[in-house]
Amino acid sequence: MAVDIDAAVIANRRLSADYNVLAFDAPEIAAAAKPGQFVMIKTSGGQDPLLRRPFSIFEILHDAGGRPAGVSIFNKRIGAGTALLSRVEPGTRLPVLGPLGKPFEPIDPPAEAWMVAGGVGLAPFITLAAALAKRTTKTTLFYGARRGEELYCVDLFEALGVTIVLATEDGSAGAHGRVTAPLQAALASRPLGNPVKLFVCGPTPMMRACAQLAADHGRACDVSLEQVMGCGLGGCYSCVVLSRGMDGGKPHHTRTCIDGPVFDANRIMWDAVSGH
Amino acid sequence: MDLSLEIGALRLANPLIAASGCFGYGVEYADVVDLASLGGVAVKGLFLAEREGHPPPRIVETPSGMLNAIGLQGIGVHRFINERLPDLRQRRATVIVNICGTTLDEYVEIARILSDAEGVHAIELNISCPNIKEGGITFGCSLPGTHAVVGAVRKVTRLPVIPKLTPNVTDVASFARAAEEAGADAISLVNTFLAMAIDVHTRRPKLSNIVGGLSGPAIRPIAVRMVYECRRAVKIPIVGMGGIATADDVLEFMIAGANAVQVGTMNFVDPFIWSKLMDGLRDYMTRHKIARLQEIVGTVDTTKRETAWISS
Repeated sequence: MAVDIDAAVIANRRLSADYNVLAFDAPEIAAAAKPGQFVMIKTSGGQDPLLRRPFSIFEILHDAGGRPAGVSIFNKRIGAGTALLSRVEPGTRLPVLGPLGKPFEPIDPPAEAWMVAGGVGLAPFITLAAALAKRTTKTTLFYGARRGEELYCVDLFEALGVTIVLATEDGSAGAHGRVTAPLQAALASRPLGNPVKLFVCGPTPMMRACAQLAADHGRACDVSLEQVMGCGLGGCYSCVVLSRGMDGGKPHHTRTCIDGPVFDANRIMWDAVSGH
Repeated sequence: MDLSLEIGALRLANPLIAASGCFGYGVEYADVVDLASLGGVAVKGLFLAEREGHPPPRIVETPSGMLNAIGLQGIGVHRFINERLPDLRQRRATVIVNICGTTLDEYVEIARILSDAEGVHAIELNISCPNIKEGGITFGCSLPGTHAVVGAVRKVTRLPVIPKLTPNVTDVASFARAAEEAGADAISLVNTFLAMAIDVHTRRPKLSNIVGGLSGPAIRPIAVRMVYECRRAVKIPIVGMGGIATADDVLEFMIAGANAVQVGTMNFVDPFIWSKLMDGLRDYMTRHKIARLQEIVGTVDTTKRETAWISS
């Protein structure tokens, strides 16, 4: 069940001009959070911006005694709300509502988990990697960005024993080109008898391409979608995505907030997905 | 301390109603709000059949407000009765069903169906959605149309009938009068203001539907004025809405002439808003020694003010 906490910012760790990690004191949310869930954050005390913003839970933080203490978010400065979160001072209190949404379903050995992240789409994968590490599931992160400087927090994944495969569009780190190229090569060389599941989050064209690759190679694929959201609780019907039901029937506008954000990629009608 | 009110034969425990289109079918919020504690739950607008609504993007934020063009996505009246109403009934919610039609016959048919369903307490007639071309608003923007649809629904149901008025007309009070003459038990207002937002870089509208409805605190003073005008025009109860965010906002609408209010957009911002509003209303009643909250309805004092001491 979601709770709304007037949560103090514990730390604002700047990663670059556009990216920062904000940590909140929110033990109740940390205790309930599952990999891939999100929170809705009010970015200011006033009415402009008015609506909360959805953020994947980036890390579940623990205190020295190992008890759940808070959550962090991976913030990219894009608009007015994310600009406010970019420069917020520690000690500031902001309303944080969560945890919300359907989580990822981690898998167990001998299956492997391949996480595919593009840019800010890295956000839901630390919590997933931690859950997979607990199950001793062998995990790989395929992580792409425009430039090497925009590949963040790789050390956090290494600490969880995740194998890292990087790609940059300018070739400054890892493979030269899109992250889908090393992914395609890995899929092509993996024997069909060795199970693997893809978990994907990033720009819509990247997710669409990954969904197609997964389908071509007969692999399961979960995607974490981000849509403009009004409420996060299923009240407003703004965050819909055109998707087939579990039964594979006629596609419907499905609420990303309560039926997602994690979907089986096969359900999504990719030609109708907005966003970038 | 009495916060109750009556709409026709229906008694609401308090004046706080969740606004249609802003609260799903109510059940979505059951984990965060005790639905029985609300004066009422106005569920998402229903046609006879299911509807997919508009493609995204469906909302865009604007200063102290938002535009929406959802396009009345909905599960249709039959699925609502079978799949949502039992849960609402079990949670003892006071259920106000918002209904839409492309034709007068569709409104009548839905009203008939709902009248036989256990657990429906009132019907709100959506004759004011700015986001769909057919039906709805064409009734709400014409005085004979408003009169006709209210009168036709009135004939087939004993449930209280509450037409929801659009602010996108020159004189909303005349529509309030038409609704009252046709037998409405109450009116609700305002629906959203037809509006538009454009991305200057792409020169494209920010909504897939091009235009949408503006809601939120940005519209509140206009909505208060319209409630005030309608209070002077009709005797039936008024359900006021438009950007209510605090208990003072609720009181402002009531003093302007509303018997009850609906909260929509601000429920998105704070789904726990209801208990805060309720506490604020109780505090006000204590401070001003008000036994029945309905005493303040329409009590705005517009008499000429004596020139008071003016400090430079």
